[in-house]
Amino acid sequence: MPRAASTEATAGAALEVSDLSVVMERSRIPVVADVSFAVPAGHVMGLVGESGSGKSTVGLALLGYVRRGLEIATGRVSLGDCEVLELEGSAQRQARGRLVSYVPQDPASGLNPAMRLGTQLHEAIAIHDDVLDDGETVQDRATRLLEEVDLPTTKAFRRSYPHQTSGGQQQRIGIAMAFSCRPRLVVLDEPTTGLDVTTQRHVLDTVRELTRSHHTTAVYVSHDLPVVAGIADETAVMYAGKIIEWATASALFSQPRHPYTRGLLNAAPTPDRATVLVGIEGQPPRPGQWPKGCSFAARCPRAQDDCREAEPALARLESERLVRCIHPLGSGEEAAATPTDAVAHAKVEGRGNLEVEGLTAHYGAKEVLHDVDLAIKPGACLAVVGESGSGKTTLARCLVGLHANWSGDARVDGQPIAPPASKRSDEQRRLVQYVFQNPHASLNPRMSVAENVEEPLRHFERLGWRERRAKVLDTLEVVALGRDFADRMPGQLSGGERQRVAVARALIVEPELVICDEITSALDVSVQALLVEQVRRLQHERGLTALFITHNLSVVRSIAQEVIVLEQGAVVERGATDTIMERPEHPYTKQLINDLPRFAEAAPAG
Amino acid sequence: MATVSADSSLPDVAPAEDLRGQGAVRRVLGGAIRTRRGQIGAGLTLLVLAIAFLGPVIPHGSATKFDAPPFSKPGNLGAGLLGTDALGRDVLSRVLDGGWILIVLAVLATLLTIVIGALLGINAAYRRGFVEGLTMRGVDVVLAMPQLVFVLLMLSVIGPKRWLLVLAVGLSQAPQTARVIYAAAQDVCERDYVKAVAVWGVPPRTVLRRHVLPSLITPLMVEAGLRLAFSIILIAGLSFLGLGTRPPNPDWGVMINENRLGLGTNYWGVLAPAILLALLSVGTNMFADAIARANLGENRSEQAVIASAGGTGSEA
Repeated sequence: MPRAASTEATAGAALEVSDLSVVMERSRIPVVADVSFAVPAGHVMGLVGESGSGKSTVGLALLGYVRRGLEIATGRVSLGDCEVLELEGSAQRQARGRLVSYVPQDPASGLNPAMRLGTQLHEAIAIHDDVLDDGETVQDRATRLLEEVDLPTTKAFRRSYPHQTSGGQQQRIGIAMAFSCRPRLVVLDEPTTGLDVTTQRHVLDTVRELTRSHHTTAVYVSHDLPVVAGIADETAVMYAGKIIEWATASALFSQPRHPYTRGLLNAAPTPDRATVLVGIEGQPPRPGQWPKGCSFAARCPRAQDDCREAEPALARLESERLVRCIHPLGSGEEAAATPTDAVAHAKVEGRGNLEVEGLTAHYGAKEVLHDVDLAIKPGACLAVVGESGSGKTTLARCLVGLHANWSGDARVDGQPIAPPASKRSDEQRRLVQYVFQNPHASLNPRMSVAENVEEPLRHFERLGWRERRAKVLDTLEVVALGRDFADRMPGQLSGGERQRVAVARALIVEPELVICDEITSALDVSVQALLVEQVRRLQHERGLTALFITHNLSVVRSIAQEVIVLEQGAVVERGATDTIMERPEHPYTKQLINDLPRFAEAAPAG
Repeated sequence: MATVSADSSLPDVAPAEDLRGQGAVRRVLGGAIRTRRGQIGAGLTLLVLAIAFLGPVIPHGSATKFDAPPFSKPGNLGAGLLGTDALGRDVLSRVLDGGWILIVLAVLATLLTIVIGALLGINAAYRRGFVEGLTMRGVDVVLAMPQLVFVLLMLSVIGPKRWLLVLAVGLSQAPQTARVIYAAAQDVCERDYVKAVAVWGVPPRTVLRRHVLPSLITPLMVEAGLRLAFSIILIAGLSFLGLGTRPPNPDWGVMINENRLGLGTNYWGVLAPAILLALLSVGTNMFADAIARANLGENRSEQAVIASAGGTGSEA
């Protein structure tokens, strides 16, 4: 049993992980392999990677936990004088919360919806007997925790239920619970994904503050590079179940040495200037299909024959840097981001201009959009930006006819459009196409890619089987998917590929206006970059008009010429992208831009 | 194991054919038959079906003629393997002859239930508004009436006819099915791929047929299994009450009624048809249960574990 960590100065302990591997229970296929790293006491290590890289599995394994069907095969996780993986039964139960604790991604699922917040917080403290300081009551500790995470300490707040609080508050309660017994190690699994930038900023500040003041060691798992840059001292990048680069955060983000890390950084949009986003084609190998050579070789621009021969080891490149690559990037090699010319390319000859005046929408009796005006010139891209609840998705759904309870004047090519899609003409329904946010839900899982793509064609045009097929194949090539995708099922595709199929389905009927509703928010950065570039290219080639709805201001910079900012259903600012990003006028816009996480914030270690 | 090098762009999930609409029924059944529960359920069902449908073909004595004194036990002079019934007829012969008609009627009634219930449920879920209110309140009204009373009412007004038996049993269960399918369809109708199609102005009938119905195959099959079990019991019960097959024709339900007085002397007259009915109900029920479990992710394969370990990224 670990010592009772009563004084805060000794709360943290160095974390050492060596040769950790996680396999599938039955087939023994490795999911995570050869993971070793060390975090000095009181440091925050960022663990970044795209979906499927195994970062969450590693995060959970640090607590001695794996998901059903998985098993920790080898490895040691030592925390000061304690071997976490060797704890069993009641010792393990005692250790959780006391020695190690966890903050899950979704705050709502981490809290019991039927229990008051105060009760849950008390429970987290009272479950271990000797965590309190001398003379401190559970009540006192709860009050202090609430203060630490900047939540109200009032009785009313403690008596509220999770659903009565906002997502940011829920996440802060989760963090308070994780820190309640002053653990030595806290694993945070994407705690800010799904939160708005301003809330994210608050939560990140809280986490940083808590780890500093309690000297807690933390592992911050995330796919969001700028966020990690802002909070981590060291950062490890994972790819296909292995760590491929480890360095201090400032070194890693300013000068990556592994081609994959470089690729990720090139793909990440920045709010500070408009850049061409360079994605990474292909997808990482799945467990069970790891190649014998470097797992990134198939997608790597620098790959040579020896990369495919043998698996490179994680080698020390500099004193503070480990890289798993045979041909790493040189230390001075800086791939400068290409500035984009998105702004210059607004074509004039396209059709499909959209004018909206005084659009007011209701959900039941509640007015959710107030008197929204907007106009897009043919061939241009207008971004609608706002936080969750700002009404941006409602606006899109009104325009496309999914939400019928609105009034106002909306015209496509000068023709007024009726609120419900069912009252519009076929021509109007063809001209305006909609791409849904979640590509996992927007394709019929029981139809092949080709069948999904040709579905609108069946309705809008009377074509023979052969003509339809030809058109489907052409459109698939337009979205860079290739003909061999036609007969696959959506279940066999990655998120990015599915979203491209969804774009193809919108394009096949040759619309003039495409409404993209958060189309990149469910995707990894490397895939987001590909899709954003694709949309931009399509606009140039076809003179498409686009309405790009997003919460991500960084992406806006790379794609849109004009921006409108929505707050609580009303437009608070509009103008050219550069003007808004550089000289925002409205306080809300200023705050949004200010709170964006940036790479420049990578803190020097120590 | 980690030697696959090149083709990393082709993840090996289930073969494409299995995910298609046409293959959906096969996939759903296949998933169920791979589980122990499904195998036992299918085995029991097939066993009883074999007895019921092969029975009439197997050479045996007359099911309606006097054989030996009433309620003779097996082994008594002149009595068959299962003895004789209340009128001295051979129980084994009557068991072999008396099953198929019951099962045919039950299957027809179930089909009727599923078709009517699914149509009502899907329509109500998709069209919303007035249609939804009318249908579902109608369903509530019928559900409020005990099922057996509803059937008895119809049969006693018009008289015991076979087509009416099917119609009454089918109609009496349709509201339950409509409720279940309505709930399942509500979820499907809210999915983006259904909305996407609706936005193009595709007529509701096409949307329902091409996009909603294929996604409801699992609940429909579970429901069919359950309803079949209920139909069998209901029709057997009606025969027991004298509203089904009329004497002297053999029928498992009728047999239980006729022979219950002789339980003390030759219990086979009741036990044999009762056991077969029970096995059939348990079998179809278990199979329906296996379908539900296999397709709602209880028996997860390793492939599913890979997918979940891989995660789907930042879908918040």
